[in-house]
Amino acid sequence: MIYIGSAGREYAVDAAVGDTVMAAAVKNGVPGIVAECGGNCSCATCHVWVSEEFAPIVGPPNDMEEDLLDMAVSERRSTSRLACQIRITKALDGLTVEIPPEQP
Amino acid sequence: MSNGTLIVGGSQAGLQLAVSLRQLGDTSPIILVGEETHPPYQRPPLSKEFLAGQAELDSLAFRAPAFYADSGIDLVCGERVSELGLSPSGPPGSGVAATANGRELPFDRLALTVGAGPRRLALPGADLDGICYLRDHNDAADLRARLATASKVVVVGGGFIGLEVASEARALGRSVTVVEAAERLMARAVGPVVSEFYRQAHLRRGIDVRLSSGVSGFDGERGRVTGVELSDSTHLPTDLVLVGVGVLPRTELAEQLGLVCDQGIVVDAHARTSDPSVVAAGDCTVQPHPMTGQGRVRLESVQNAVAQARVAAATLLGRLDDVKSVPWFWSYQGDLKLQIAGLAAGYDDYVVRGEPDDERFSVLYYRQNRLLAIDAVNRPADYMAVRKALGQGVTIAPDRAGDAAIPLKSLLAASTTAAPAVQRADA
Repeated sequence: MIYIGSAGREYAVDAAVGDTVMAAAVKNGVPGIVAECGGNCSCATCHVWVSEEFAPIVGPPNDMEEDLLDMAVSERRSTSRLACQIRITKALDGLTVEIPPEQP
Repeated sequence: MSNGTLIVGGSQAGLQLAVSLRQLGDTSPIILVGEETHPPYQRPPLSKEFLAGQAELDSLAFRAPAFYADSGIDLVCGERVSELGLSPSGPPGSGVAATANGRELPFDRLALTVGAGPRRLALPGADLDGICYLRDHNDAADLRARLATASKVVVVGGGFIGLEVASEARALGRSVTVVEAAERLMARAVGPVVSEFYRQAHLRRGIDVRLSSGVSGFDGERGRVTGVELSDSTHLPTDLVLVGVGVLPRTELAEQLGLVCDQGIVVDAHARTSDPSVVAAGDCTVQPHPMTGQGRVRLESVQNAVAQARVAAATLLGRLDDVKSVPWFWSYQGDLKLQIAGLAAGYDDYVVRGEPDDERFSVLYYRQNRLLAIDAVNRPADYMAVRKALGQGVTIAPDRAGDAAIPLKSLLAASTTAAPAVQRADA
């Protein structure tokens, strides 16, 4: 999958099925996804914008995630998700997400 | 050739310190030494998802194996630093460490991220097989294997770890009794309203909760635990005991160096120990209150490990940033998600928001009308709103906070200046 950093740089990462989009980024040192809480939907520091083409496959945020996104992130878009709540599946091969310039 | 930085402790704080040094542009060698045989991994899931079989060591690793070499971080696993000495003649903070295997590691800069170990009970029968503690992956793997065949589980200690394990054991269908010496659950972390809610909520889920109950010893047969004796002479039959009665910071190495320790390695707001050339971060430290700078607190949390490690890295590079951070914590006990922001110590008033009976409510704590902290149960929006308010140094009027129909975020008052504004500890 591909992460696009806030400065436009692309990071291609081999993510395993079952990993989260957050974990794949952090484990490979992709900057900008802080993920302080380690994927517990507690900190909202792994905010990403999912690319339009993948947004329908990824789906909407869950209730708890919705509350965090609502409160925490600097630029909420219709494609905003917390990367810790997106689990990689085969259908997400090639998934592209954008990393906002700021995490809360 | 520079010897670079030695980070003792392959913990969340240790890894963060190494990463932050690199992010801040440090190009000198970094050695990160940990006594466990695995690269640094997340500990919080060990008492939750790991016990439920939803996480494994590989999935808990913080970084892919290649990350360390790619970042120039020399990761040494399975070696315990047993001796530390600072050079009397070399530059301040330089010295040599020796591991238990006899390996010598010279350093120019030293960071201690050695964490804490579980407090162990010294009671009759406490060394029987089947009495477990939970701190690292090996502990969790052992506990998980035993939970698979246990029938009657007794948890000694009604804190986060104890109640998280109790919840997982109950979800597996085990009979579970929690024994707590204090008169309420999680007394160190949450207020009485929340403690009482959790007592009732765990009872509803079939967990037997015994408050104000001391343990006087353990019974066993053929070396295996068969019962827990309470101080009121109650006997609880059991085949598996989990003891979660707090931790003791690992201060042995700091004491070898003559650093001041007081229930933890004493550090200042810049993570400097009593020898200002040596830094420490994470569960092993005691520090001034991270928002007010007053007093001395020990924060056992992921948030503190990360924030303090960032500060420590900057300090090692000669940058004394004035960073304040909002402490936050979480404890997920089955479907009850407790999220805490701020420190409630010293509160003189509180407001309950929502209905505890709905298993969805928050308690906001105040001192002289100033917002201090929140305990939120299954109300993440409340938790985030308070975290944000504390970070911005604003309050939420207590007379309106109790109306659960009004989103807390709409009550963030811009005018209050009583609390200090908080800056992110970003590297």
